[in-house]
Amino acid sequence: MAKIYVDNIEYEVPDGKNMLEACTSLGLDLPYFCWHPKMHSVGACRQCAVMSYRDENDTRGRITMACMLDANDGTRISINAQPAKDFRAGNIESLMINHPHDCAVCDEGGECHLQDMTVMSGHNYRRYRFQKRTHNNQDLGPFINHEMNRCIQCYRCVRFYNDYAGGGDFGVFASSGRVYFGRSEEGTLESEFSGNLVEVCPTGVFTDKTLHKHYTRKWDLTSAPSICQGCSVGCNILTSERYGKLRRVMTRFNGDVNGYFLCDRGRFGYEYVNDEQRLTRAAQKDQNSGTDAFSAMKDHLASNPKLIGIGSPRASLESNFLLKQLVGADNFYNGVSAIENEVVNEVLNVLVKGNVRTPSLAEIETYDTVFVLGEDVTNTSPMIALALRQAAKNLPKEKAFALKIQHWNDAAIREVVQDEKGPFYLATPYATKLEEIATSSVHGNTKSLVQLSSKVADLISKGGDHQEDNDFAYRVANALTLSKKPLIVSGCGMMSKEIIRCAANIAGALRNAGKEVGVVFSVPEVNSLGMALLGSAGSLDDAILQTEKESGMTSIVLETDLFFRTNSQKANSFFEHSGKTILIDSLENNSTPNADFILPAGTFAESSGTMINNEGRAQRFYQVFKPNNDIKSSWAWLDMLMHQAEKERNFDAIVEEMANSVNAFQPISGLAPHADFRIGTQKIPRASHRFSGRTSMNADVNVHEPKPPVDEDSPLSFTMEGYHGKAPSSDIPFFWSPGWNSVQSINKYQIEVGGPLHGGNPGIRLIEPSESGVSSFEVNDGSADNGKIEALPSWFIFGSGELTAKSQAIMKRIEPAIISVSSATLKNSGIEGNGKITINSGEQKLTLPYKVDENVPAGVVLIPYGLADTMGITFPIYGNISMD
Amino acid sequence: MEKPLTEHIKNDGTPLSLKEYEAKGGYEGLKKALKMTPAEVLTVVKDSKLRGRGGAGFPTGMKWSFVPMGDNAPPVKYLVANGDEMEPGTFKDRLLIEGNPHQLIEGMIISAYTIGANMSYIFLRWAYHLAAKRVLAALDEAYKAGYLGKNILGSGYSLDMDLHTSVGRYICGEETALLNALEGKRANPRNKPPFPQVSGLFGKPTIVNNIETYCNIPHILAKGAEWYISISKSEGGGGTKLYGASGKVKNPAIWELPLGTTLGEIIEEHAGGMQDGYKLRGLLPGGASTDFLTPDHFNIKMDFEEVAKAGSRMGTGTIIVMDDKTCPVGMCLNLEQFFAQESCGWCTPCREGLPWTAKILLALEEGRGKPEDIDHLTFQTHYNAPGNTFCALAPGAMEPLQSALKYFREDFEEHIHTHQCKYKH
Amino acid sequence: MDNSNQVISEDARKEIEALFHHLPHKQAACIDALKIVQKYNRWVSDEALVELAPILEMKTHEIDSVATFYNIIFRKPVGRHVIFLCNSVSCWVMGYEAIHKAVKDHLNIDFGMTTPDDRFTFLPIPCLGTCDHAPALLVDEDLYRDLKPEQISEILAKYE
Ligand SMILES: Cc1cc2nc3c(=O)[nH]c(=O)nc-3n(C[C@H](O)[C@H](O)[C@H](O)COP(=O)(O)O)c2cc1C
Ligand code: SF4
Ligand code: FES
Repeated sequence: MAKIYVDNIEYEVPDGKNMLEACTSLGLDLPYFCWHPKMHSVGACRQCAVMSYRDENDTRGRITMACMLDANDGTRISINAQPAKDFRAGNIESLMINHPHDCAVCDEGGECHLQDMTVMSGHNYRRYRFQKRTHNNQDLGPFINHEMNRCIQCYRCVRFYNDYAGGGDFGVFASSGRVYFGRSEEGTLESEFSGNLVEVCPTGVFTDKTLHKHYTRKWDLTSAPSICQGCSVGCNILTSERYGKLRRVMTRFNGDVNGYFLCDRGRFGYEYVNDEQRLTRAAQKDQNSGTDAFSAMKDHLASNPKLIGIGSPRASLESNFLLKQLVGADNFYNGVSAIENEVVNEVLNVLVKGNVRTPSLAEIETYDTVFVLGEDVTNTSPMIALALRQAAKNLPKEKAFALKIQHWNDAAIREVVQDEKGPFYLATPYATKLEEIATSSVHGNTKSLVQLSSKVADLISKGGDHQEDNDFAYRVANALTLSKKPLIVSGCGMMSKEIIRCAANIAGALRNAGKEVGVVFSVPEVNSLGMALLGSAGSLDDAILQTEKESGMTSIVLETDLFFRTNSQKANSFFEHSGKTILIDSLENNSTPNADFILPAGTFAESSGTMINNEGRAQRFYQVFKPNNDIKSSWAWLDMLMHQAEKERNFDAIVEEMANSVNAFQPISGLAPHADFRIGTQKIPRASHRFSGRTSMNADVNVHEPKPPVDEDSPLSFTMEGYHGKAPSSDIPFFWSPGWNSVQSINKYQIEVGGPLHGGNPGIRLIEPSESGVSSFEVNDGSADNGKIEALPSWFIFGSGELTAKSQAIMKRIEPAIISVSSATLKNSGIEGNGKITINSGEQKLTLPYKVDENVPAGVVLIPYGLADTMGITFPIYGNISMD
Repeated sequence: MEKPLTEHIKNDGTPLSLKEYEAKGGYEGLKKALKMTPAEVLTVVKDSKLRGRGGAGFPTGMKWSFVPMGDNAPPVKYLVANGDEMEPGTFKDRLLIEGNPHQLIEGMIISAYTIGANMSYIFLRWAYHLAAKRVLAALDEAYKAGYLGKNILGSGYSLDMDLHTSVGRYICGEETALLNALEGKRANPRNKPPFPQVSGLFGKPTIVNNIETYCNIPHILAKGAEWYISISKSEGGGGTKLYGASGKVKNPAIWELPLGTTLGEIIEEHAGGMQDGYKLRGLLPGGASTDFLTPDHFNIKMDFEEVAKAGSRMGTGTIIVMDDKTCPVGMCLNLEQFFAQESCGWCTPCREGLPWTAKILLALEEGRGKPEDIDHLTFQTHYNAPGNTFCALAPGAMEPLQSALKYFREDFEEHIHTHQCKYKH
Repeated sequence: MDNSNQVISEDARKEIEALFHHLPHKQAACIDALKIVQKYNRWVSDEALVELAPILEMKTHEIDSVATFYNIIFRKPVGRHVIFLCNSVSCWVMGYEAIHKAVKDHLNIDFGMTTPDDRFTFLPIPCLGTCDHAPALLVDEDLYRDLKPEQISEILAKYE
């Protein structure tokens, strides 16, 4: 700890900070622009000026940038001294001379860091009387709007996009008063993390184009804490609504998970919530829609038919749990293909039985050596890729620290690091984007990757220094053995249980060698691991077999489109063989026409629940609004069906029941405050106290203000009424603090900037390895290739996700479904010329156009996962290819 | 009077060849240095009280002593000669490079030897085409003669040297921006610390010195620190200095004189006083980024301490003379337009403040000035003061303006009140 | 390989590749590479940037970011000859404005413009370091000093 003095008051702060971090952590208001808690200091904007003094006898002091000043023992500054105040006001005035002052039409208005800092600095009178500089704006694609005139040249955007996130199509151009931030040529931003520009930019240069389509000011948004459902990482998000439409998704800081950032699938993949294809009414086949459909359903269930339930990895734990209770454990199937079921169960198996810990997303950034096996994380779990990009910088950074360069001195660190990358190895079926930062990479089919990784595990087990050998396995084993903190990353992307085991074995070998090793698995969906923990009687394939065996059962299908999960032949067979089908889902899909009853389910925006991410972290999400129709959380429908009730039990009761009946879920009852939690006597409002016009929202229909909906399931209220201080960390509906209207107000919610939220980061880990755990799992490398072509899925951040792919902005980014194959494979199969090829395994058959990609290993073809033309395929396929 | 730097430079405009240079005692300093340990060479340079000639006057020996040495030092280090010379009114390094490139090369080899660098660069501004050609020819000669390359003169020490010609921008002269330019990046300056001596070019220990600074080194080594101090008239530093004058003096040129020669002597004796019909009103003593001085300062010594005491900086020692028919406001306008254009665009005060300053001055010149403009110009000089900006460009830009507001305030006021510039006809 | 559409010639490429041997990584040659492209092509077009990127192992925007920072890298076409007139303080004191006017009148173009016949581009340049012989200008690589307005037509006549 260091003793520092700010305006003559003594404080104790942790060592190694700069004065801006220190002051901000102390809750003192000091304006800044270029500094960012994750990207640290470069000293460009000059807004964080303070007076610094040599010692207590120094009465003159000098202006110094707090962000570039060590908070060492004895550091003495003043924030309030007049020269510093004058300087900061003058600096804002300078920034504002070319700013268009278009707050009234700017999407950032009301949550603009520039507005906040202007007010904080006290500048208000405009002296500049000359012409403003103007710039051209660029069309940056469907996600981001560009309004360069608002730029204050803090350089945060390039520093995030390029330096932090590894982007390759964005930059700063020109010099002096004409510096320009954008693309070299107009066009869609290619980074998977481009959406963060919206939050990183302190003003309105980069704004959310999807929000713009249905724009609402921040203070008029009703917001709720939520969990992104785009992939298994479970990033914490804020959802925001007005007039029954979801307006946008923003980052909800969680220091253990996503921190300050989100990927573009998560941020822009929400629009399906507002889709016209939404199911909004409880309905019965061939009947007019209306509430009696639900009564009919109840009546049907009252007749005690034999039930079969199909659960879903995209439904909440509560919904799946209740379905399981309703249909009985023996009749509850988990809605994914047999192979996916097997692979996900294997992930759970190695995490539970193994002796290696799986780190949180935030912890991934702390490892020094990385080996990625089989997984295209950029496309399956993009935020893991972002974290890995940070991990790759750790060892090179040590060189800078050895030169006594401070941890926050970003540009200086990068200068020492140059373009050196940490030990980072990839073994995947195809070339992934992370190859940009890889030390070395290989591509192979499942069998060869299993062999390779088994060899790596073996070499590590044999211990120590392997001779320098150009062989990839040797090099990986060497690097991992030399590392202090190695990380193994894998996942279900190849749909191979063996790959999961291989990854676990490498990690286990490292663990036995005394390393502080971690292992990370990406699983297919937001609640895949939750489903595995809950347990089921089997996969969707098993369920189909069961219905075929015993036709006429009443099936309850929870948030599952069978046509997405399995081929149409099997899906149709299921519907033909089941008696009555009750479908609970949010969007119309290929399964809905087959249902006898439909119950409209809330998406993550209209429902609450618990999800378990790839790390085994249980996280609560809350509904942001009550829809004006029949839509309800799936668990509510199921609860009503189960109890033959008109109204569901309260959420807490269900969680309680679940926690009591499933051992692994016991901690979940303490995940978040219960619905009766109050601060004083008050609930936590989802709307800000500046919320305007509530009384007039329905004035065109009725001059009497309707009674606001009541949330019986959480301590959150749907209105602006309630406690306006800080909510418990799991229940923060939006970030705001007096004078801090922008996302930067997150500072005020943290114990120290960039650190955990007050009250601890939300979420509870359910899986920890045991010391006595297993370090080795049996691997069977005789995978069934025997000379056949192996078709593996290629993953797409935009397109492979079932629901996000139905969002308009995302749709614009979806690539056509094309098979990738190398020319050698084509030649071996005697294929020439243009056209379509067919892959045929006997059981599955698919015809698509193809493109030649020499990075695809021989004997492998890649098929995009989950696109409209490829959904329902279960991977891997072993078969042959022929020209269509 | 001794003129070690320039005495051998020929009057016919051709450079000294290697042969000619050697005949005049060239590369003797190097031979001597190579027989000494780097630490011994460093001691000599420190004792000589050589101060950097790039503008800031930092003691050269001290600067070098921050480079990590010994077995634990990083194996790769660099040495760079700063020949950007884009400061308006400055034209001294060009003379040294064009006239005697080997003197520079020798100085750099000795310096690189002292800090243990094996790679060095001469960073030259683009517009110096002739200088570039001569440097390349001289490098070629030096390599062939074994002064550069592997195992120099059998000493076991090796050094490579390359020429980099810049592509414009004044900020490239700032030493850390220069390093970024050498790395092929945008020439934004870097924060210090870390200093280049610790993390410079490509993140490796690096010394950057001015061309003139290096040119002194061979002579210091050849003739010793005491001699070097003895040829100076300054208390604070040794050696001679290239002084120059431009503007409406009778004899604008460059002269090598003892460091500490008085301003009056330079203007009146060497520059021959003002051209007929012109009176001297003020002068910038050391390039565009120094404060104005006036004829009242003629008896001060042109060295780092005395000029500073008089409220300006010796800077590069090349004097720009303002006569009585030149508008001080117009001159400030010209300077501030230059600085505004050359701002790198990294930090706010410089990027936004300088164009605003220039716009006000233009308004004054065009008769659109307002009474509050003088206050605003004064504000800019405080706002862009040293420490407030990221590097020294903007504070330098404010020096002529702040002193003009002090010495020629009536001109600013007159522009505002009469809505015109009386110097324009 | 069909090179006919390449804007960076083979010779230029070779010259660029020769830069690499003294540098720790190729990116460090970026500025020199841009100069070489400009030497052959007079300016640096978008296409040239795209072709440079793989040679330097950089991204196009990274090169553009550097190219647009510097004064002497031309991202727009220039004429066969470029006149750089020093407009810095010593030349200004010594009457650069008369030279400016002379060039303007003679060629009918101002700073930043190119003659319609593509013969000259006219640009200002900061201090040429020849202040004792102000005013001064540079045509391509030739320096002219102690200028008088009446010399302009004669000087420019040398450049076709
Ligand atoms: C904007 C700016 C421009 C500069 N230009 C030059 C220059 O052209 N030549 C030079 O030697 N130093 C220049 N300097 C000073 C250098 O940063 C550095 O101090 C100098 O090269 C060190 O050499 P010295 O110690 O030998 O003086 C400039 C500084 C600034 C802030
Ligand atoms: S003062 Fe600031 S903007 Fe100006 S050149 Fe220096 S760093 Fe760049
Ligand atoms: S936040 Fe300190 S200079 Fe920008």
